[in-house]
Amino acid sequence: MAEIVSLAEAVERAIHDGDAVAMEGFTHLIPFAAGHEVMRQRRRDLTLIRMTPDLIYDQLIGAGCVRKLIFSWGGNPGVGSLHRFRDAVEHSWPVPLEIEEHSHAGMANRYVAGASGLPFAVLRGYNGTDLYRLETLSGGRGPVSATTAPTIKPITCPFTGETLTAVSAIRPDVAVIHAQRADRSGNVQLWGIIGVQKEAVLASERSVVTVEEIVDELEPRPGAVVLPGWTVSFVAQAPGGAHPSYALGYSARDNDYYVAWDAIARERGTFTKWLEEQVYVVPAGQL
Amino acid sequence: MTSQMSVDHAVSYTADEMMTVSAARVLRDGMTCFVGIGLPSSAANLARATHAPSLVLIYESGTIGAKPAQLPLSIGDGMLAETADAVVSVPEIFNYWLQPGRIDVGFLGAAQIDKFGNINTTVIGGDYRNPKVRLPGAGGAPEIAASCREVIVVVRQSYRSFVERVDFVTSVGYGSGPGDRERLGLTGAGPKKIITDLGVLEPDPETLEFTLTGLYPGVSASAAKERTGWDLASAAEPEIIAAPTPAELDALRRFQGTRARSHQ
Repeated sequence: MAEIVSLAEAVERAIHDGDAVAMEGFTHLIPFAAGHEVMRQRRRDLTLIRMTPDLIYDQLIGAGCVRKLIFSWGGNPGVGSLHRFRDAVEHSWPVPLEIEEHSHAGMANRYVAGASGLPFAVLRGYNGTDLYRLETLSGGRGPVSATTAPTIKPITCPFTGETLTAVSAIRPDVAVIHAQRADRSGNVQLWGIIGVQKEAVLASERSVVTVEEIVDELEPRPGAVVLPGWTVSFVAQAPGGAHPSYALGYSARDNDYYVAWDAIARERGTFTKWLEEQVYVVPAGQL
Repeated sequence: MTSQMSVDHAVSYTADEMMTVSAARVLRDGMTCFVGIGLPSSAANLARATHAPSLVLIYESGTIGAKPAQLPLSIGDGMLAETADAVVSVPEIFNYWLQPGRIDVGFLGAAQIDKFGNINTTVIGGDYRNPKVRLPGAGGAPEIAASCREVIVVVRQSYRSFVERVDFVTSVGYGSGPGDRERLGLTGAGPKKIITDLGVLEPDPETLEFTLTGLYPGVSASAAKERTGWDLASAAEPEIIAAPTPAELDALRRFQGTRARSHQ
């Protein structure tokens, strides 16, 4: 059964140095408050997993928390590049960043496999792409890293003989998501664009869910995803915890912030100043 | 690209506006369209606001039949979910909706594109582990390019981005030429048009190499060739594509004026 704790305690107990952490949320419900607490608690050597590493992963990468990134699209949506991500890949600042990249369909299916307790998932995909070639051709560009086993392989359908693509399961140590609300037993409810959060939580060993509010009773909502409390490790109340992303029914996406982030992240100096003044200024554990 | 183009009548417009209008016109009413963010999204929304009110917009965030009143900044803005016919999870949008070939047209952008319509949105220059430029990566594009019944690419044309062979194949067009899509088992027909800020390129029916088939008013074939990194063949007489109508420009500018302030 989920424990309802402070955000600081949830991060302290669930996320450790070296963990593989999936903070999910597809544009909507991105767990920014939890990400900032990870930065304040100065976690290091994390493997971060996320389909769309946008601003929150740009920040964690720039803060030096990340050793490896597993992803499918790393940009500032509708705005441009993630400058801290690019600086890490292109110049190893502040630390070298190992990457493992996929398509969205591949990542989504890897989470489905993880949630299903299967070692892999099958899809029609990757054929003819260099994403595939990176993982399969020796003497080509070679694997992304010597420590990474291939995550994409061909597989023959046992019924039709057709060659399809297998992708290995993702099983993070921790999933971190933001939801609209939870009840006092830790049952979590989210709606709107639901992304891949359910799969991420069910694929993970542990989970942290931040919510806009904790209510006495979850009123049913059409189309909502409910994660029963016994599938969740920690629930923490963090109103506005998705900003500058949003929580449908509670807040609007702060598009101006996404545009403004471009200038903040472009230079190491302005980013470091932002980190000191907007994140580290709050002592760890006091949010 | 913000250069002003003048036309015979009083309306003036930018090269980007011409490109967006040109892209919108290829979408027919009632089609289902998987929409990438940026230029493709502007064009698809313009089509829905003008000649194609029943166009079904599908975004990879899982919003099917979105009807935004303003241009979204991201593929997951709240108004997409609030106006959609259905909102599904990300695994579902790719597995149930895109993969089986249910969607008529995929509308994609590109950072780099080659003469066979292969798209690169991953890395430019250097090698993969030490690239000169690190781009956002694949997103939904590889499977959109593979599985939509056909693909339209909307991209500004330049010598550096229109290349003989892309540095990295993120999404497959025609691979290395005829027969490759079939060999690779890609179920969709592949890219049918590249719509640029100069005109329109279409694959040669024999070689599948993209050739110049349309030009905007006042643009010459030689200008298009200068901004292409391969030896661009041209139709004997490329079609001159009509300038934006006042109604198209009004609709587009209304959308773009609202984008910066768009919230759910």
